[in-house]
Amino acid sequence: MRYSRTSVLRRKRSGAIAAKRLKSLLAADQTGFPPEVLEMLKDDLFRVISRYMDADASRLELFVRRSDETASEEDDGCPAALYTVIPVRSLRLKGTIA
Amino acid sequence: MSEVIVVTSGKGGVGKTTTSANIGTGLAILGKRTVMIDTDIGLRNLDVVMGLENRIVYNLVDVVEGNCRMKQALIRDKRYPNLYLLPSAQTRDKSAVNPEQMMKLVDDLQDDFDYILLDCPAGIEQGFKNAVAGAGRALVVTTPEVSAIRDADRIIGLLDAGQMKSIHLIVNRVRHDMVRRGDMMSVDDVMDILAVPLIGAVPDDEAIVISTNQGEPLAGTDTAAGQAFMDICRRLLGEDVPLVLPNVSFGIFSRLTSFLKRA
Repeated sequence: MRYSRTSVLRRKRSGAIAAKRLKSLLAADQTGFPPEVLEMLKDDLFRVISRYMDADASRLELFVRRSDETASEEDDGCPAALYTVIPVRSLRLKGTIA
Repeated sequence: MSEVIVVTSGKGGVGKTTTSANIGTGLAILGKRTVMIDTDIGLRNLDVVMGLENRIVYNLVDVVEGNCRMKQALIRDKRYPNLYLLPSAQTRDKSAVNPEQMMKLVDDLQDDFDYILLDCPAGIEQGFKNAVAGAGRALVVTTPEVSAIRDADRIIGLLDAGQMKSIHLIVNRVRHDMVRRGDMMSVDDVMDILAVPLIGAVPDDEAIVISTNQGEPLAGTDTAAGQAFMDICRRLLGEDVPLVLPNVSFGIFSRLTSFLKRA
């Protein structure tokens, strides 16, 4: 196979693709929510954050942890916790709000 | 009292039997009286990987049904006198044994061995339930692939729900060349995704194929996979053996997520 220089640089590495696919897959498996519902949730989260700062939607992650791993006094009684990671390109507040 | 460890994975073909054979051999090398139990009724394989297939007279189902005594069914290893195999039955199916019978079987071996290693069948049905019933510790084997990791996550969920006391992860068939160029998930990535402590990573090693051809496990040999399995055995005994695998992660955000998941 031959790649031009730009296509090699642009090609997303398959390891990263696998990790990303797995994270959404497991979130769907663990919550029992259909993947499209989780995508909607992600979109909504992204939209809210984007009102305040410059977030990166392509790298937003959502995952679930069972209670025994997250157990602390605050989440006593909850069977699981939902985590999200939303990378932001800049922590500066968006002009329209500031 | 012995420690009872189940080797499981969910998905088939990720190296459960190879892992069982090598960990059993490694524990025996380290001086532990060890018995390996093949719980895959109907699809017997641990005997072949150990090179003991010609010595089978009785099997696990014979013991459970009282056709023979435990001592008659146990096969002593060719090389290590403190290592034994209880083979599975090839002509029966999973329903021949239930979890209570498996617990009693394991219980009967407790006095004679330091380690009881259960090689679990693929899947999450009866065979899995049988294998985990008597175990106090689980080793979940996976490979750095989407399907294997998904199944491992399901298995971890079931083990959690079944109150398994200790769960550790083994990442098998890691290809560092592929990880380095970004075309395989790293051990770190797999750990981040599954959130279970790692007990070892085994490189993809063609010596494994050769060892299976010959029916002689690699633990104790001077091969990359053999060394990795010996390291896992030492960690099982509580030794602090550092992980020497080169870990390449996908940049700052995967590190950040892993930090958050551990917090």
